[in-house]
Amino acid sequence: MIQQAFFAYFAFAITVLALVVITRKNPIHSVAWMLLLFFHIAALYLFLNAEFLAAVQVIVYAGGILVLFLFAVLLVNVREEMRISRFIGAGAAGFTFAVGLLVVVLMALRSFIAAPPGMYTIEHIQQETNAIALGKVLYTEFLYPFEITSLILLVAIIGAIVLAKKGLRG
Amino acid sequence: MNAANIIDPATLEGLAAFGINVLIIIVKIAVVLAVGLLHVAYATYFERKVIGHMQVRLGPMRVGPHGLLQPFADGLKLFFKEDIIPAQADKAMFYLAPVIFMASAMVNLSVIPYSENFVIADINVGLLFIFAIAGIGVYGIFLAGWASNSKYAFIGGLRSSAQVLSYEIAMGLSLVGVMILAGSFNLSDIVRAQQQSVFGMYVIPQFVAFIVFTISAVAETNRTPFDLPEAESELVAGYFTEYSGFRFALFFLGEYIAMFIIASISAVCFLGGWTLPWYVLKILPFLEYVPGIVWYLIKVYAFIFFYYWIRATVPRYRYDQLMKIGWKILIPIALANIVVTGFVKLIL
Repeated sequence: MIQQAFFAYFAFAITVLALVVITRKNPIHSVAWMLLLFFHIAALYLFLNAEFLAAVQVIVYAGGILVLFLFAVLLVNVREEMRISRFIGAGAAGFTFAVGLLVVVLMALRSFIAAPPGMYTIEHIQQETNAIALGKVLYTEFLYPFEITSLILLVAIIGAIVLAKKGLRG
Repeated sequence: MNAANIIDPATLEGLAAFGINVLIIIVKIAVVLAVGLLHVAYATYFERKVIGHMQVRLGPMRVGPHGLLQPFADGLKLFFKEDIIPAQADKAMFYLAPVIFMASAMVNLSVIPYSENFVIADINVGLLFIFAIAGIGVYGIFLAGWASNSKYAFIGGLRSSAQVLSYEIAMGLSLVGVMILAGSFNLSDIVRAQQQSVFGMYVIPQFVAFIVFTISAVAETNRTPFDLPEAESELVAGYFTEYSGFRFALFFLGEYIAMFIIASISAVCFLGGWTLPWYVLKILPFLEYVPGIVWYLIKVYAFIFFYYWIRATVPRYRYDQLMKIGWKILIPIALANIVVTGFVKLIL
């Protein structure tokens, strides 16, 4: 009962906060609400006994990515941007697509089957600790996807440097 | 008789145990908060005295014997100052920023092991938790600089967040070596692993990481020689220029508690926390009777003294020099240290 109430609160709060984020006129306020949103998501990870993921969620999303959002927002002049309304004038089309998407999701939910429980039960993870369990799986079973992901990120970093340095050389 | 009123004795026992646990935690929090605030008061006194003597002055002398009551006089003065809000400021953010800044520093006090059995929350991801919460402190600085609607505050906020972000990476990477050696994120476990290791302190096998950590720790807390965000000769007071009275005090508190946290991480991760290395105990066995908190505090305050020492010695860096040191020197060194530590751990 307590667990359901906990989940209900966080699911509800995440939805409401997400709506608040996209409806603010001032981008800095959006970022502040998004910070709160990320904390709620981290709490959901904690609720699933994934404390490592919860910490990483806050470090990477709140501590890294969102701060870079702030930089981008501040360095393009905010005071002028504040007067522009945030949505393009195609509300009817957007609404239609949103309803369509909702129907598709609801239909897909009907054929939902829970995955069979694997070897990683809560007791097993608690005994081994989160980071070790995650590291073992990541570096054995999912080694190739993991390395490919890091390669993609590396390409993105080099691409960003090339684009930034191009103007300086010419 | 109403059946709903009968409580199962087992539940009652569970509730009692739960209540006692909560009470113990609340008492611990109260102790840590009180000591933490007192620490801030006397850390400022300590700083002024140390820098005073280094510059052949006496430091505060007027209030109380040797100026010992100076922190309280300062606190009272701050309390009665007028609370000024700039006319064009974003009010909500202006109010929120110092609270975020101080709360994010305070929360970290909860995971630090002060002694063998004294830690408020002994969580498995302690070190990551500290990084996560310290990352939130940047928002306090950033939002303060933005919401003040003043160019000094704005530039200070931008500088500070860029600096803290860059040096957070170097600091995190420098601690990875410690995590590899200890095999845990739990701060108490890191101390225990050090106690059982050959050297007794990770500062010996990880001295490269310790140097990187110390330099980035100074930058992380915005202190000289990396105090560009509050460079008073250029930016008045940086991101908190427009703050006065108690809101200013909140920034001040947050900054000194953040210093305490960083000093604690260095004591716990590199200097052995509340323990002494086994070879020291072998030579001087009577030291075993000294409570662990004493060693812990000596290590923390030695680190804080080091902060004051460099403040009185070294001039401020230029901004591009600061960024170069962070990205081109400290981060590569920290990465190389991780690789070497990993190989050594694999071989041994």
